[in-house]
Amino acid sequence: MTEHVRYVLALADDVLVASQRLGGWIARAPELEEDVALANIGLDLLGQARSLLTHAGALEGEGRDEDALAYFRDERDFLNVHLVERSHGDFAATMARLLLLSTYLHELWTALLTSTDDTLAAVAAKAVKEVDYHADHARMWVLRLGDGTEESHRRMQAGLEAEWPYAEELFDGSYVDAALLETGVAVDPSTLRERWAGRVVAVVEEATLTVPTSRPAVTGGRRGIHTEEMGYLLAEMQHLARSHPGASW
Amino acid sequence: MYGNDFGVPARDGRDTPGPTGGTGTTPAPPDEPPGFQELIDTDARIEPRDAMPEAYRNTLVRQIAQHAHSEIIGMQPEGNWISRAPSLRRKAILMAKVQDEAGHGLYLYAAAETLGVDRADLLDALHAGRQKYSSIFNYPTLTWADVGAIGWLVDGAAIANQVPLCRCSYGPYARAMIRVCKEESFHQRQGFEALHTLSHGTEAQKAMAQDAVNRWWWPSLMMFGPSDADSTHSEQSMRWGIKRFSNDELRQRFVDMTVPQADALGLTLPDPDLCWNDERGHYDFGEIDFAELFEVIRGNGPCNKQRLDHRVRAHEEGAWVREAAVAYARKKQERAGSTTGAVA
Amino acid sequence: MSGVSTGSTGGGGSTGGRRDWPLWEVFVRSRRGLSHVHVGSLHAPDAEMALRNGRDLYTRRQEGVSLWVVPASAITASSPDEKDSFFDPAADKIYRHPTFYEVPEGVEHL
Repeated sequence: MTEHVRYVLALADDVLVASQRLGGWIARAPELEEDVALANIGLDLLGQARSLLTHAGALEGEGRDEDALAYFRDERDFLNVHLVERSHGDFAATMARLLLLSTYLHELWTALLTSTDDTLAAVAAKAVKEVDYHADHARMWVLRLGDGTEESHRRMQAGLEAEWPYAEELFDGSYVDAALLETGVAVDPSTLRERWAGRVVAVVEEATLTVPTSRPAVTGGRRGIHTEEMGYLLAEMQHLARSHPGASW
Repeated sequence: MYGNDFGVPARDGRDTPGPTGGTGTTPAPPDEPPGFQELIDTDARIEPRDAMPEAYRNTLVRQIAQHAHSEIIGMQPEGNWISRAPSLRRKAILMAKVQDEAGHGLYLYAAAETLGVDRADLLDALHAGRQKYSSIFNYPTLTWADVGAIGWLVDGAAIANQVPLCRCSYGPYARAMIRVCKEESFHQRQGFEALHTLSHGTEAQKAMAQDAVNRWWWPSLMMFGPSDADSTHSEQSMRWGIKRFSNDELRQRFVDMTVPQADALGLTLPDPDLCWNDERGHYDFGEIDFAELFEVIRGNGPCNKQRLDHRVRAHEEGAWVREAAVAYARKKQERAGSTTGAVA
Repeated sequence: MSGVSTGSTGGGGSTGGRRDWPLWEVFVRSRRGLSHVHVGSLHAPDAEMALRNGRDLYTRRQEGVSLWVVPASAITASSPDEKDSFFDPAADKIYRHPTFYEVPEGVEHL
């Protein structure tokens, strides 16, 4: 597998797994309007994942389509960050994660608009508008929960503390091959961190919350080393497809 | 049951009575405003602020609420398979479909609220078991094929019920139904397509599809309610243009549409008595076990408790979020002072 | 229903005493050149969220290019009781319509 394929897969897996987790909120959101909103976000992320997986399969050239890559890769071959795979906590933690993730994705897709990989650039052009809305949605809720009631403030701060240590992995560029950076295919995520932090901190402070000072979690998603929860996530997602190898759906 | 309206036969007194509390011939209620029935008879629409008989209002509130509740509870059996959908395309379709159901619930609650009730009160009534939702959702989705069968049969039956409601005499309900029906046709098609793929797939997939149809066929027929002879609410609702066709008429229409589709799928409908009747120009079908339907309505279906518990839990766990948003809005309003336009 | 202004769709949505989100009426411009049309209502804690909920609920299938949300309680509607005095007097002013006038044969662009 080339570094190019691995790069696209890492991007794909972040949004695929994030979408899988968001799907778990449908029919249990705090209000019916929010069920609709979360489903929209989940659908956007799933759409991005499908485009990216299809692209990765085409780049690889071994006949693997989006489903082969989503359903028939083993855990060690998934390259997503830990942030997205952990089971979601309460609504506050979910919105904290959405704020951290979608702000990062917005910076990422903005940078990839000029990728020399035309397909990536095309995906970015569509995705950048989507994640802009997701980041806005997360901001709306972080403000309301942070500056709402005592309970919501406490929960929002706790949610932020829980998610924060996992954000750092998004900006670890060590998995991105230097050649991909030179040719302008990929972006070095560490270059996105400053703008990301500026935006996130602004929301956190406006929401009367405190920016966590916790150390980054020790992770390994980009190398295929995941949390214990990842196994369950994949077991649930993949079991049906794997029970019927070769079947179409 | 998606717009059709019935309860357990009233003899045990445990379920909701009919809208007028009575049966038989239906004289105009004493509070019927002059010209009201004429408006309906000329196929004009009643609009929210019009004077209307209380019984008309109550019938609509109950029926629209029950319909909305069905959409909301109906998210669960299919939502059950979002995380396990066997392809990403199917996952996206299913997520969009379940989302639509939330949307349909919201359109309908909005229509109900034009009658002067609050959605929160309707939800309270659902959570407390005072208002019903379609019994079909008290059956479990055991395999992936159930997602297909629900789309094809349950949504198919729902559409048969709902299309006439697009001409319901109450304007906001009719308008909501037009929107719902437009979106619902995607639901039925995706179900049919999913089943078609299964029934033309591997042996195991075909067996899965047949098993699902075996389990969903009879409950789908029950969605139309008891046969006309036993239906308490029909006559007044017909007169008021809330209901356009009888339960049996709609059920027959559904059977007639569905049998050829089953042939196209290569699946068998689980009814040995199902056959074309040349004389009637319709399909004959076997007797429906309404005893089972009434048991499920009474709360003894396979998933009644699970569905309602899930719904109540989601609502209760979301309370602090809803409160926080209200508190935030109030703070913003206070900070903005009394000078600028405040939100409601 | 209360006698206060209750919005074009007529009902509910008061927050009095309860902690429910208020009711908003939603209007969608389906495409450029057309005016906003009422499509339904929703609940939201404030205007910002109402706009977003409106987007998610009423424009999922590209139904709109512009959106208004209005607190249902801010709409004052004409009362059906006043219907006759409000609207019937317009009925006999047929001279307001071009079809009232006779145009001689052969005269065009009029």
